[in-house]
Amino acid sequence: MSTTTLRINPTGPSGTFVAKIEKISGQKLLACYQCGKCSAGCPMAAYMDILPNQIIRMAQLGMQKQLLASRTIWTCVSCLTCNSRCPKDIRIAEVIESLRETALRNGLRDDRLNIWEISPEARADLPPIATISAMRKLTS
Amino acid sequence: MTKLIYYPGCTLKNAARNFDVSTVSSMAKLDVEVEELDRWNCCGTVHALGSENIMNRVAPVTNLIRVKETAAKTEGMANEFMTSCAMCYNTLKRANIDVQNRPDKLEVINDFLNLETTKYEGDVEVRHLLEYLRDRVGFDRLAEKVTKPLKGLRVACYYGCLLVRPKEVAFDDVENPMIMENLIEALGATPVNFPLKTECCGAYHAVGKPEIIADRTDKILGSANDENIDLVVVSCPMCAYNLDFRQDDAKQLNPDLKNTPVLYFTQLMAMALECGDEALRFDLHHIDPLPALSARGLA
Repeated sequence: MSTTTLRINPTGPSGTFVAKIEKISGQKLLACYQCGKCSAGCPMAAYMDILPNQIIRMAQLGMQKQLLASRTIWTCVSCLTCNSRCPKDIRIAEVIESLRETALRNGLRDDRLNIWEISPEARADLPPIATISAMRKLTS
Repeated sequence: MTKLIYYPGCTLKNAARNFDVSTVSSMAKLDVEVEELDRWNCCGTVHALGSENIMNRVAPVTNLIRVKETAAKTEGMANEFMTSCAMCYNTLKRANIDVQNRPDKLEVINDFLNLETTKYEGDVEVRHLLEYLRDRVGFDRLAEKVTKPLKGLRVACYYGCLLVRPKEVAFDDVENPMIMENLIEALGATPVNFPLKTECCGAYHAVGKPEIIADRTDKILGSANDENIDLVVVSCPMCAYNLDFRQDDAKQLNPDLKNTPVLYFTQLMAMALECGDEALRFDLHHIDPLPALSARGLA
């Protein structure tokens, strides 16, 4: 990760972002004590740029720009292994979904999947369960 | 004959017809008459995780209203239904729990569905077929009904995510579920343990990131094949697609990966209960299950 200067101010823009993520996800971010169990068991960790425990730390700090630009929020498929193993009962997948929703609903319609870019043959081959769930998660 | 409302879901009427026909025909052999839910719609596919999401609960709740209506029309029918698709089960069950715990949300949804004549009151039970077989039919009774035991067949049971997570919907141990193994044993086959049975297959990345699925498929099937298996069984059409149809891509990563048939657990039931070839639909598979089955004298 590149060097970043952080100014933490609970009443500034980063504080507003933290409050928003906690509200959408329904999670208390400060409960996390960085045990790393979420990242250790994550089957998608190998394809992520920021690990799930790092996502939580960065969310506590309100690092909006870095979080919304991360590959991780589009890589997580909500398998919920992290949630079921968290000793503090934090639902990490809910936090990641709230980041995804924030990126998808920031007014720019920043969709991460264009179904028409997939060849008609590949589309015909895919079962509806795959296409519909991908669109539910990756488009606004 | 017991009557039971059955929710198939979109993929069982499409790419996974083999799951649908094997479910219906094996239940008939177990004296359960399944009746397809009238006017069912999409389950919602993936449960939206936002704490205040109401819109994405409308589709599942509409199905729960249909269940109430169907049950009310039939004498002696309970307010419950069964689905064999792991994703439909997960989405419908979680939506049900969500509105049961949040009467305020349920009220908004009922208001939104004001053209419906039936109100949803959190009063429908969502059951997965595996749970129904264990708790209602009983694996002992199932074993008694088996006419062609699947002797010698080594089966890896792959649960994936949706049957065991989150723990509110799990009907077995979250980390080490055994319900499918117990079912496989009742059919006369040999279940084998493997460490990746609840590890995610990559799910909908099948659409935009097939390279991830190829890697996951190689790891999951590789781990199962370490136990000398004949085939893998699943309960999710998403897992079935990824593990079966991505094996060619997985072989590009690892040429040593063995061709591994991926079946629905209901297809093994249909075999053991001798429901006939039309209940199996092996034509819908990518890796043909017949060589592995005939090697064990079962086809």
